[in-house]
Amino acid sequence: MIAQLLARGLIAGLVAGLLAFGIARVFGEPQVNLAIAFEEASEAAAPHEHAHDHDHVAGAQETEGQSAAPAGHSHGEEALVSRDTQAGLGLFVGVMVYATAVGGLFALAFAFCYGRVGALSARPLAALLALGAFIAFCVVPAIKYPPNPPAVGVGETIAWRTELHFILLFFTLVLIGLAAWLRGRLAASLGGWNAGIVAVAALVVAIGIVTALLPAVNEVPDDFSATLLWRFRMTAMGIQLGLWSVIGLVFGALAAPVVGERRRAAARAVFG
Amino acid sequence: MTDAAYSTGALPAIEPVSIPLKALLPWAIFAGLVFVLAIYFVGVEEGALSLISGTSVHEFVHDGRHLLGFPCH
Repeated sequence: MIAQLLARGLIAGLVAGLLAFGIARVFGEPQVNLAIAFEEASEAAAPHEHAHDHDHVAGAQETEGQSAAPAGHSHGEEALVSRDTQAGLGLFVGVMVYATAVGGLFALAFAFCYGRVGALSARPLAALLALGAFIAFCVVPAIKYPPNPPAVGVGETIAWRTELHFILLFFTLVLIGLAAWLRGRLAASLGGWNAGIVAVAALVVAIGIVTALLPAVNEVPDDFSATLLWRFRMTAMGIQLGLWSVIGLVFGALAAPVVGERRRAAARAVFG
Repeated sequence: MTDAAYSTGALPAIEPVSIPLKALLPWAIFAGLVFVLAIYFVGVEEGALSLISGTSVHEFVHDGRHLLGFPCH
């Protein structure tokens, strides 16, 4: 049964990856290209002392139609992979590998939670788990360490930023586990619904404290376009929203027969 | 009476049976490791940490890394 669930998780992940890739390709790539144009413009202008506003405007508008500047984002070294590859095959492989792996982990989480989180049947449980994962892996990190386009983020601090990112993720997952435990403890005295409200409120407060205590990171260049930053971040959220929605709904539909819901439901209907 | 309500499908007609942890554990460990490693290569390799020398993995998945929200530069 676990193997079957796992296979279906991978399938749900693949389907979700296709949608995520579509969103990333259509809505994300234009923002990435604009950000790289900005980065190159400010790198080109850097030798001149303190280049400011002028190159920002030029950079932001120049590359509307995929352009110009020699092969792309190289972080100062030579570009090993062309921009076309990064935006096409590289993006596809990256998103698909990520989505499939996430689908597999999702199946494992589902296998653990099924029958342990109240009496939720497969489809609502999968949908709820996906919503929780979206909040834990996307919304909470975005509150403190939102996704950034190229040109935002200093190379030297990447190890530190990655650490912070995973520390926040770790605390979020632990706190969600504690909230679930708290709800279980309170359910008898407060009733399921009210226990849920208390647990979620406690979770929100605890996450608020953790995010407030973690150090802030702000590496957005002063002259970086606010509109571009906003659009990039909204697109990144959209990718994750699409990904988790599809994983939750597709996996739920695929998993219900595996855990025997249809058969048993039918049996009940017959034998009452 | 309640049985009738159940059998029409108005309420969940089945009690979900949990999968024993003993059966789940080996899968969680081995498959989980593979998946986490896959995510690591898309999200982190050659950024904060590096198992393979060079930056070709990083450059290849570069756009995905940014758009999936991993710390990058």
